[in-house]
Amino acid sequence: MFQIRIHGRGGQGVVTGAEMLSVAAFIEGRHAQAFPSFGSERTGAPVVAFCRIADKEIRLREPVQDPDCVILQDPTLLKVIDVFSGLKENGYLLVNTNKSFDELHLRGVVEKLPEGHAVIVPATDLALKHVKRPAPNAALLGAFAALTGLVNFESVTRAIAEAFPGRVGEANIAAAQEAYDLVRAQESAATA
Amino acid sequence: MLKQIEGSQAMAQAIALCRPEVICAYPITPQTHIVEGVGALVKAGELQDCEFINVESEFAALSVAIGASAAGARAYTATASQGLLFMAEAVYNAAGLGLPIVMTLGNRAIGAPINIWNDHSDAMAMRDAGWIQLFAETNQEAVDLHILAFRLAEELSMPVMVCVDGFILTHAVERVDIPDQAQVDSFLPPYDPVQVLDPDHPASIGAMVGPEAFTEVRFLAHYKQQQALRLIPAFSGELAKIFGRACGGLLRPYRTEDAETIVVAMGSVCGTIKDVVDEMRDEGVGIGVVSLVSYRPFPVEELRRILAPAKNVVVVEKSIAVGVGGPLADNIDGALRNLDGRPRLHSAIAGLGGRPITRASLRRLFRMAVENPWQGAHFLDLNEQAVGREIHRVRKIRRSGSTAENILRQLAAANPLPPG
Repeated sequence: MFQIRIHGRGGQGVVTGAEMLSVAAFIEGRHAQAFPSFGSERTGAPVVAFCRIADKEIRLREPVQDPDCVILQDPTLLKVIDVFSGLKENGYLLVNTNKSFDELHLRGVVEKLPEGHAVIVPATDLALKHVKRPAPNAALLGAFAALTGLVNFESVTRAIAEAFPGRVGEANIAAAQEAYDLVRAQESAATA
Repeated sequence: MLKQIEGSQAMAQAIALCRPEVICAYPITPQTHIVEGVGALVKAGELQDCEFINVESEFAALSVAIGASAAGARAYTATASQGLLFMAEAVYNAAGLGLPIVMTLGNRAIGAPINIWNDHSDAMAMRDAGWIQLFAETNQEAVDLHILAFRLAEELSMPVMVCVDGFILTHAVERVDIPDQAQVDSFLPPYDPVQVLDPDHPASIGAMVGPEAFTEVRFLAHYKQQQALRLIPAFSGELAKIFGRACGGLLRPYRTEDAETIVVAMGSVCGTIKDVVDEMRDEGVGIGVVSLVSYRPFPVEELRRILAPAKNVVVVEKSIAVGVGGPLADNIDGALRNLDGRPRLHSAIAGLGGRPITRASLRRLFRMAVENPWQGAHFLDLNEQAVGREIHRVRKIRRSGSTAENILRQLAAANPLPPG
């Protein structure tokens, strides 16, 4: 079982992101479970959503405490909550930022993870460019597919199209595609 | 058809497949997505010949459902928490009048203090109202139980409450097999009421009954609900044949054969418990779990048969009957009454007001039941320090204020937000 925890703020599509990821896994015939950290969500308040992906029925209902991947949609949360809590030693980290890990003072966290398991992607910039809205969730799912290889990018695009039919979906898919390509480029630069 | 779908939407689709004729809707978290979902299906014309009524309160929601049901319509509503309490009088009336209304309860704690999160306090508050109460472990089961509920309600002329863990199930997106209309139609015939209010054939229902007959009326209500102990397995079997997978039932034992310790629980926590059971079985611990589906009627015979050989029975429940302990544990105790060499009963209260029930805490609890058993009700993951301080404060100061606010102040002092 692979467990993902997404941290963001109300209005950034955190919950929808987890749901779309579960749909992408479902499309590939796998079992998936997405759920929010239940609370009185408000725009701007910290929000957490979870996604589990497995090859058999998922029975576990506890919040994800030992994630295989943390997706940080909003680095301003670093000062508010321990977003890395329980992140596995061989886990993945995906941060939405146009800064570097050093600028975010995350070098220590990144160095504890295996090489190539932590990437940054300017998902909000990509969303503003393609979708004209600061909702980085779809772009981050594109980056997630490139980073972990857990789901195919094709499945991610289908899940986005299902959640957002028509032109909004196409714009989100374009953002996801660019994020996917950016992460793949970082990976090939690292291995070259 | 297999779908990756939010629990509430899956339930809405299942309810629509049951062709309700009157739906009374009043919003309350965490149930709201369900009636919204059915409402959208009515508006889109996917559910036809259905009157969707926006009422002004929960009391009206069930009262309108009572009227509709008495007039011969298949009636449905949904609520949660305080909403169920606000309709309490009508809850008892629906059962007393023998009206086969189906209601979803998105299980949520009851205030004060206000809490929107999941536990089973609401269902427990109405456990003696005369409704059948079924608890879903997964969203698949929630779908199946709603279809079963309409058949059961109408066969017995008795209302059925389908209890679904708020947020944990209602807001979870997971894989659910939604049946097609032909499958549901083959299981659920059109509603054929045993009593109808019809102006052409005037009759009254709910007349005053004095001491000369009230006991007999209540006896028959109890007798009638006991019939569900036979009907639930029979109907579940029929559904299983149509859907080609296991459905419903009174309860579901999991790895209980040769188990020295058997856990009993209701609802979504059973999934987490099964994972813990697997982990502990791998370590050689003889442990199993019973997922109780039917809380009312209470399947005494089945529970006795499964639990009797065990040494320890651990009841994990999301409610507290203040002044007594766990209501489910009390009922299990009653089921084991007068049994020779009966297992030792351990009662645990967990997950109140949405506190997550984790594998780690459950594992500690199950070990403790065997190695270091407690008396009375054990509160899982209780913050003993906070409780101790508050007890001390109340002893010292007469005007000690509100417990809820005092505890929150303590927690805020213990965990200040980091600077920034």
